[in-house]
Amino acid sequence: MTEPTLLIRDLHLSFKGYSGLVEVLHGISMHINRGERVALVGESGSGKSVTARIVLGLLQMTRAARIGGLVAFEGQDIAQLSRRQHHRLRGTRMSMIFQDPTSSLNPVYRISEQFHEVLKRTVPDIEREEGDRRAAGLLSDCSIADPERVLASYPFQLSGGLNQRVMIAMALANEPSLLIADEPGTALDVTVQAQTLKLMRALVARHNTAVLFISHNLGVVREFADRVYVIYKGRIVEHGRTADLFDDPRHAYTRALMDAIPRLTGGGIPEIVDHSDSYLAPLIVHEGCAEPGGAR
Amino acid sequence: MTAAPLLVLQSVSKVFRVGNREIVAVDNVSLDVMKGECLAIVGESGSGKSTVANIVLGIYASSGGAIFLHGEELPQRRASTHRRAIQLVQQNPLSSLNPKRTVGASLRLPLDVHGIGEKADRWKRVSALLEEVHLPADYRSRSPAALSGGQRQRVAIARALACESELVVLDEPTSALDVLVQARILKLLKELQRRRGLTYIFITHDLSVVRNIADRVAVFEKGRMVELGTVESIFTNPSHPYTRSLIAAVPVVTDEEQALKDRLARPTEEEFERI
Repeated sequence: MTEPTLLIRDLHLSFKGYSGLVEVLHGISMHINRGERVALVGESGSGKSVTARIVLGLLQMTRAARIGGLVAFEGQDIAQLSRRQHHRLRGTRMSMIFQDPTSSLNPVYRISEQFHEVLKRTVPDIEREEGDRRAAGLLSDCSIADPERVLASYPFQLSGGLNQRVMIAMALANEPSLLIADEPGTALDVTVQAQTLKLMRALVARHNTAVLFISHNLGVVREFADRVYVIYKGRIVEHGRTADLFDDPRHAYTRALMDAIPRLTGGGIPEIVDHSDSYLAPLIVHEGCAEPGGAR
Repeated sequence: MTAAPLLVLQSVSKVFRVGNREIVAVDNVSLDVMKGECLAIVGESGSGKSTVANIVLGIYASSGGAIFLHGEELPQRRASTHRRAIQLVQQNPLSSLNPKRTVGASLRLPLDVHGIGEKADRWKRVSALLEEVHLPADYRSRSPAALSGGQRQRVAIARALACESELVVLDEPTSALDVLVQARILKLLKELQRRRGLTYIFITHDLSVVRNIADRVAVFEKGRMVELGTVESIFTNPSHPYTRSLIAAVPVVTDEEQALKDRLARPTEEEFERI
């Protein structure tokens, strides 16, 4: 078997605060194979975004963070990497799409300049004209009809949906093997969100990019992911293939998350229990979804 | 629901002038809001749904048409009584609550401005408002920064209740919240509506929320109201293709919902004829 693109084993995270250490991740394990779309689902504060930030190597720069366990990217333990080596990976081998596209693009530079910066990560001496030509091609791959106008615009002159597509084009420009998408599209309209997901799905399939998809909305996950990890209070509580998990959610917390989504077919506003001891029940793994090497 | 409309919009329009271009944000919209109902206004961004809300609230002056509350025409410049009569809950409570005021001060302000209740009783009223939205009374002394997103939205709802108005405009009240918190806030809104007999104008782009909270739905596209109907009719038999595309865009979790989406995604017989 080949090496998974991302392997996380028994990852612990705590933050040093005024009143001692606060444990945020209690030993999570997950993996993403090449070209696979994997979702990490949970409510706010469950630890999903910090996991992404550890993979990117951003949280390691925070002094208060204490990180334990293994994170391996393409077989390489990222704890062994120097800051510079890790920096070299970001934006090239691994890239990220954020929740709010308009605030993650720099408002004082045109798209063309920002795209040039991205392309320089792999081809440092790329000329501006050449960069624009490549960027235009990548933007039209993202179903942008007039890439020249978009390149000449500032982010605030474009709609949220367009900015999101620019972000996707930038994130995939250097052909990363891992794309981390943190709640992409939650800041957008449903129609635009649906288009964005469809587009992302098609692009990552074409480039065989692995995706770590972070969301709190199981509906979105169902449309996008191959496999799902459900996280609650820093613990993975359920893991299975998307179809299996939705047909037969076995963990009490997964069922609560699923019930929380109002149904298009009606049935009223669901009754949600804030917290129940059953949410803390141990991990349930669906058939055929064991972690490589038998880790739990 | 009684037969008398609480709020009537009569051929309301809004035109924005940008340089020498004119943008028609709301195009000749007529709409009755019945007492005690929850009317959802849905559409994409740019469809004019929030502009309609702002005209109802008197934040924007309309470019044409008239608005009646209880049969009385609302002037372009609202008097204090008019402002008190229609309240607003916005999308992001972090920016709609003053970060420098405590929760208690934010809730007391409308009471002082509109002279509601005896001065000596107002703190008691603040505590009662907090209780109504299921927050402990000692949250009075907290600042919004010390609350979670869901708790902040509860405070914003309590503030809208403070004026004891009948009509509340909810502008995407749950879009910034995660699904579990959203479910609890929706539950609270339903409960308050029942207990206080409130009328809601619920603005959102999330059709699955609409299905479960609204009585009637108005669908907006590019400033025009393209469809208006009861929740059942809109979701079982939407007549406008734009309504169907909105429903088809909702991410769903069950097979029944998927089946509904697939059915609506197919063109109707008469459309099929035209093709």
